Parts: sequence; C-alpha cells; structure tokens
Amino acid sequence: MTTTTWESDFTRGAKMPTGRFLRAYFTEAKYESVQMLRMPGFSIPFLLLPAALYLLFGVVLFGEALRSDPKSALFIFTGFDVMGVMGPGMFGFGITLAMEREQGLLALKRALPMPVGASLVAKMVMAMLFGVIVTATMFTAALTLGHLPLTGTQCVRLATVNALGALPFCALGLLLGTLTTARSSPAIINLLYLAMIYLSGFLIPLPKSIESIALASPAFYLDQLALSALGAPSYGAALTHMGVLAGVTLLPTALAIRRLARVG
Amino acid sequence: MPRLGDNMNNNCWAELAAVKKRFGKTVALDGVDMEVRHGELFALLGPNGAGKTTAISLLLGLRRPDAGSVRLFGKSPLEVEARRQIGVMMQEVALPPELRVRELIDLAASYYPAPLTPNAAMELTRTMPLAKRPYGRLSGGQKRQAQFAMAVVGRPKLLFLDEPTVGLDQQAREMVWAVLREVVRAGSSIVLTRHYLEEAEALADRVAVLAKGRVIASGTVSEMRAVVVRKRISCSSSLIAEDIGTWPGVESVRRDQQGLHIVTNNAEDVVRRLLAADGDLRELEVRRAGLAEAFAELTQEAA
Repeated sequence: MTTTTWESDFTRGAKMPTGRFLRAYFTEAKYESVQMLRMPGFSIPFLLLPAALYLLFGVVLFGEALRSDPKSALFIFTGFDVMGVMGPGMFGFGITLAMEREQGLLALKRALPMPVGASLVAKMVMAMLFGVIVTATMFTAALTLGHLPLTGTQCVRLATVNALGALPFCALGLLLGTLTTARSSPAIINLLYLAMIYLSGFLIPLPKSIESIALASPAFYLDQLALSALGAPSYGAALTHMGVLAGVTLLPTALAIRRLARVG
Repeated sequence: MPRLGDNMNNNCWAELAAVKKRFGKTVALDGVDMEVRHGELFALLGPNGAGKTTAISLLLGLRRPDAGSVRLFGKSPLEVEARRQIGVMMQEVALPPELRVRELIDLAASYYPAPLTPNAAMELTRTMPLAKRPYGRLSGGQKRQAQFAMAVVGRPKLLFLDEPTVGLDQQAREMVWAVLREVVRAGSSIVLTRHYLEEAEALADRVAVLAKGRVIASGTVSEMRAVVVRKRISCSSSLIAEDIGTWPGVESVRRDQQGLHIVTNNAEDVVRRLLAADGDLRELEVRRAGLAEAFAELTQEAA
C-alpha cells in the first residue's frame, strides 16, 4: 500500500461536502433499487402481475363486454393499477426492513456514517420507481391489447398519482417492518395487503350492506384518486383523498421512526 | 468518575469512562474504563458474554450507557460526524446477497467525505477478483474479506474490527494483518475484539481483558505477561507428582502422557531441585506463561 491510498494527514475534517452528502442518498437509492430488481421473487410479481391480471380479466375474459362499458373498463384498469402501486411499498419496505433489522444490516449502516434517513429515502425511491414501472406496463397493456382510449394527459396524471400514491403504502410497510420479525412479516403484510384490496372494493365490488367499510382502507382513497385522475366518476373530493393519504403517510412514518430510534 | 470530552486528551480517540450497562437483570458492563489512543492497535479480549460486543456497540452509538460517558473523537458517538471517522466490521451481519462486491464497497464509500475509490479499496484488500461476484455467492471467508474492504474504504481514523480473521484462510489472514500494520503505520488506530489470542499477542500495542463486564487487566502485551509471573515447567521424569506438589513455590502439578507439568512462581529453585532429585530427567522445558495462558488464568479468576 502506498501513502497515496491511505493518507496519514488527519487534518481533513469529518464534514461532508453537500455534493457527497447528496451522492450518499443517491447511491443508497440506486443500490436499493438494483437489489430489489435483481430479486426475481420480488420484481417479477410486483412488476408484471398487475398488468398480467389486467390482461386476463380486462381483455381475455371480459374484454368483449368491457368494450361497450368504458366506465367498467376504467374501473378494472385502475383497480389493478392501484394493486400494483401498493405492493412494492408495503412488501419492499416491510419485509426488507424486518430482515435488515434482524440480520444486523441496519445496525451496521447506523454504525457506519450512513446519513440519517438515507436508508428510508432509498426504499421510498425504490417503491416509487417500481410504481412508475408498473404504470408503464399497465399503460402498455391498456393501450395495445386493452384498447382503452387513454390520452397523454391522463397517462401523466395517473403516473403522478401512482408515484406519490406509493408513499402511504411505504409508510405502512415501514411501520410493519419495525414491528414484525423477518419470519412473520411476509404473512402479516400479505394479510393486510389482501384485506385492504378486498375491503376497498376496487377489484371485487363489496356487498351494499358493508360498502362503507371501504372508507377504512387507505387503498380505497388511492383508487378514487386514480379514477379522478383519469376523469372517471369517483367518490368524494380529490382533496379529501390526498389528505387521508398524506395522514396515512405521516402517522405510521412518525411512529416507525420513533420506534427505530428507541428499539432499532 | 466520568470525564467529559472538553477535558479529554486529544490523543484519546475513543473512550469509555465508568460505563455501566445492564440488559434486564444481566449486568453487561459494570464500571468499565477504556481508551483508544492515536495510532495504536488495541485488542479487547474476553470470552463470549464478557461484554466486548456491548462495549463496542456503545462506542458505535448503537446503544446508550446507563451510567458513565462514551466519547468518540471527543463527541457523542450518536453524532454522525464522530462516526464519519470510523470504519466497522461486525461479526454477524447479512449483507444484501443480490449486490456485487464492488457495489457494496461503493455503497460504503458513499458515506464518507474522502474515501478511497472502490478499486483502490479492492486492490488494498486483494478483493479485486471478487468485484463482480454477487455477495450471496461468496464463501464465508470471501464475505469477511468483502466486509473488511467495506470497513477500510472510508479511510477511517479508527477501525473497529470484530474477530476480523475468523473463517479466513492463511493467505487472507496475512492480507488482513498486512493492511492493519499499514493502517497503524499511517497513523490510524484499530480496535480489535477477539476471544483467542495468538495474533493479538503479536500485533497489539495494548490489550484489555474483559470478564463479566469488568476490565480485569489492561496494559501493553508485556505488561500483561508480567501480570502473571507464573512459569510452566514440563519434563519427562519418574518423580511422583504428589511429592513435588509439597515443594515450596510449587502451585500445581499435573501428569499426562507427555510427562509432568508444574506451575510455579519460582522456576529456578524448582528446576534445581528437580534435576537433583532425578538424574534421568529429560525434555525439560520452562515457559513464561504466554498471553493466552495469562488470559485464561485471568478470566478464570474473575469467573
């Protein structure tokens, strides 16, 4: 080893220049995304399943009927789209965080001078990136095989809703990831994921008698927001939906950060 | 008595002062004082459960003490600015199996203000051949080498290494020790935790032995040796062990297939008497208790 590689001059400070600081966030986000994309058990279901299910139900099985019913066609499209947006945040955050806590990686990164929050921001970016890829596959499926007449404006609006809509589900995943063990987190997160999808009524309409239970599911608000982004009829005001989703983002995040700081 | 950072010696880069830490009813650290100075290799020794990991996790800011003070470069280790000057290699950590070795090193480098390039770190640690391999496909020893590269890539002033050579083959061990020697020569410090001693004996500037949450001995390696003045005499002889046990200065006698083994604090007199008593005595050997033996005795006394 030469002295050029291991400088013995310790007058250099421990201050992090802004450029390197931003680079640390960027690098963390890059490798979090690369890591999840390379995990076929994660990337294939979350990236391709929504479009595949949409094609199955919206084209192969009910395509003929939906062609004369554009309202239902949009309903089915946004349903699978929202399902696609929820998954990466909840599972990507929840399961990997539970694992990283248990296997010492979180502790190592905290002992190393990882900027506070870089790991959480990285997972958020990863979930948003997955949301955008899901959107792209959904659009491709809808515009080519689904014959949905989506305009450019509609696409941009829905893509924005998808990217930001991933955040409340990141927050739920984050909270679950701090509370569960690596073994239990997949089961618990799956349960909540499926329950939210069912109770929101966006894939299978709920019986009239329990319809209002949908209001308790954050996924319902994202679905309504996605519908209104496409100009389709939706329940309630977009501002309310955003408010609820912002609350679902902030509250679990605050609880999780508090717990991570105290328990780790 | 806790000392605060403002009156701390600048030479002292990491310090535990009168630190106590308990987990439920278990006392992990019971009034521990310890300091790591500029440019030294400091070995923290002790059996499992002695409190080594707790002491290190306090210095890394992963835990907080119940009492006493913990300082890293004069600051609280909870401050990221203090930790920007350290590198860490932990024993039990699972890194993402999907990432390649170069990527992991690049990630670790991104946390530091003026790191080595990943290539330089890999050349230094001879991990270049592993650069493109996914971490999950590495052998146990290769994983340790990759972790070592991640620990040094930030050019830290202070390296914390938890059993760095466990699971490494001879060549990789030699690489690790060569790098550590260079790092110390360049003015950085190293804190090693170990529970076995051969390597620490050769390289450490100072040693502290932890047992049951207390520092039971600390000092230079030779000071540590002097802590235990006893010597071991081994020989092949027909003398009866029980008789020798009554001689003055003899602390214990044991016979096994190799012969007699005597522990004494007065080796010269005992050897004279042995030779006088048995004209056929052969294979006489007198050894100063090595650090390993000193250590075993010290930790037994605390137990």
